[in-house]
Amino acid sequence: MIESYLRNFEAFSANGGGSAPPAVRSLRLSAITRFETLGFPTTKNEDWHFTSTAPIAETDFSPLTKSARTPDASALSPYRFSAEWHTLVFVNGRYDAGLSGGAALPDGVHVMPLGRAYIELSLVVDEYLGNVASFDAHTFTALNTAFINDGAVIHVRKDVELAVPIHLLFVSDAAAADGVAQPRNLIVLDRHAKATVVESYAGLAPGRYFTNAVTEAVVGEGATLTHLKLQQESADAFHVGTVDVRQARDSHLFSFSFATGGALARTNIYTTLRGEGCGATLNGLYIGDRDQHIDHQTRIEHVAPGCYSRELYKGILDGEAHGVFNGKVFVHPEAQKTDGKQTNNTLLLSEKARIDTKPQLEIFADDVKCTHGATVGRLDETALFYMKSRGVNARLARDLLTYAFAADVLESIECTEVREGLEAATLQRYTRQWAGVLPEHAGSR
Amino acid sequence: MLEIMDLHAVVGGKEILKGINLSVNAGEVHAVMGPNGSGKSTLAQVLAGHPAYEVTAGTVTYDGEDLLAMDAEVRAQKGLFLAFQYPVEIPGVSNAYFLRAAYNEIRKARGEEEVDPMSFADLMDEKMALVEMDGAMLTRSVNSGFSGGEKKRNEILQMAVLEPRLAILDETDSGLDIDALRIVANGVNSLRTPQNATIVVTHYQRLLNHIVPDVVHVLAAGRIVRSGGKELALELEARGYDWLLEGAAA
Repeated sequence: MIESYLRNFEAFSANGGGSAPPAVRSLRLSAITRFETLGFPTTKNEDWHFTSTAPIAETDFSPLTKSARTPDASALSPYRFSAEWHTLVFVNGRYDAGLSGGAALPDGVHVMPLGRAYIELSLVVDEYLGNVASFDAHTFTALNTAFINDGAVIHVRKDVELAVPIHLLFVSDAAAADGVAQPRNLIVLDRHAKATVVESYAGLAPGRYFTNAVTEAVVGEGATLTHLKLQQESADAFHVGTVDVRQARDSHLFSFSFATGGALARTNIYTTLRGEGCGATLNGLYIGDRDQHIDHQTRIEHVAPGCYSRELYKGILDGEAHGVFNGKVFVHPEAQKTDGKQTNNTLLLSEKARIDTKPQLEIFADDVKCTHGATVGRLDETALFYMKSRGVNARLARDLLTYAFAADVLESIECTEVREGLEAATLQRYTRQWAGVLPEHAGSR
Repeated sequence: MLEIMDLHAVVGGKEILKGINLSVNAGEVHAVMGPNGSGKSTLAQVLAGHPAYEVTAGTVTYDGEDLLAMDAEVRAQKGLFLAFQYPVEIPGVSNAYFLRAAYNEIRKARGEEEVDPMSFADLMDEKMALVEMDGAMLTRSVNSGFSGGEKKRNEILQMAVLEPRLAILDETDSGLDIDALRIVANGVNSLRTPQNATIVVTHYQRLLNHIVPDVVHVLAAGRIVRSGGKELALELEARGYDWLLEGAAA
């Protein structure tokens, strides 16, 4: 329903949208125009071949413009990692000052909601907002850009290394039903800065709502960004989340996408290696059951020479879940000595679970080393027999192997709290019935 | 303890075991030797309950019960243990976790109480010393990235922890240097009691210098073609297998 968004845009421009700087207002205007032209993608669109957006397109979601009743802090605790972390909480897409906070930030680190950043970080906003995530060919990014209104801005100045992660926590409660939230985040690391940002989405109550998030990140020369996106939306929710990164010379990115929530979820992780000597690692884990549809698209643009990229996405699908992985790697003509490796492994636990995996390498330079591989399989019978031969019963052996399949990629997360949190959640998911029998922590670290 | 009668087994449509007869009593060590492809490993896998092998004829009685009717995990819970020729890597599950899960399952099956992590850690300290393993191995994923020797020692560690009644060592000596072989053999010897029994499957006589068998069997083309005392192993070492194979064909 393009029309309802166009109508809502009129209303939004007339009142709430007025608080933004003129540059942002004109950005929104060009975005809504582009959105109108593009419309919602169909499965004829190569980027959406395996994912129908019809359930989203055919629903009339109303914009969530005002903050709902503040949820109890206890409802959020399962999604928090540490009281020490500086955390910005957004309820139904709107910043909630009362639930936000945490340890004080060191000098040179600024973390604030977008509304405040318009004033206090105006230079950063002016320079980067809307400049990294192109909406030219991306309907959902255009839609998000048209409705830019709230989100987080993080700025880490030159040479500042942030030891403690910053957590952006987006929760949706019962009041989010039938509504759409479109958070917009901007992360800027100056030269030689270092930070870890956890961006998580959680549903606190059942209900059908739509989250359409966009995060832009700029990683300066020699800077290091760790970005962990955790998607645990409610079972009936729709989620489209795009992370678009621009990397300068000698910068490093570690990205992890954990996706397990929602009825229909699409995550886009994009990075452009614009300077020599960059490294990017894009890892992820998707876990689906029932009739969930969980789609990932990654895109790595090797623009400059001498960069490496590593990618490992794993998935576990049960029930009638449908997973999609599309990993694009583009090596531009100037990007000689590119070293790229992409792997996608999916474990199917049921007959009706399904994965469409599509690696896509387009290489226009001649001196490069790029590989990709995808496997789809069931549990390793040899390993099952090995475990059973030690007295472990068949069901527990299956559960442990399923957990182990996931733990293998979770191990790549350096942030202890997130790694152990996801390992525990995954272990619990697959070994629920063994509670009390097994040790708490199965991981090998 | 173990009574194998006229055992036939098929894998992938091909008959590998063609009528095995073997009887093992408590307190004994039996060596099963034979050339490559003779069916040694198949025999070990069939006894442990590998689903890929189909038993087409014969019986196996273990402590008076029908072994072939039991699932692999039940066999293990009743005290049967197979040390794998190629131990399986399980990335993501720590050695300590796996061992404790197995140990507790076996205790449960025996009607014993499960142990808490503290008591289990004490038990592990004792067992690790037996196979000269470093504590760091416990926190690593099961066999993942282990060297050949580490994997074999890990098998013997599992055996030491699970304390089987009947242990089957499938070519545990293959790929081991002499030091590792000695460590593995010492581990096995120190676990011997008058109540348990061991079947050592091997291609070489070398291991039998360290684990001295009571009976040596020669397997060829799916049948036991000769049985004898430990001298038989020495004779095989000196003469090879051919003289027996000719006899078998005749």
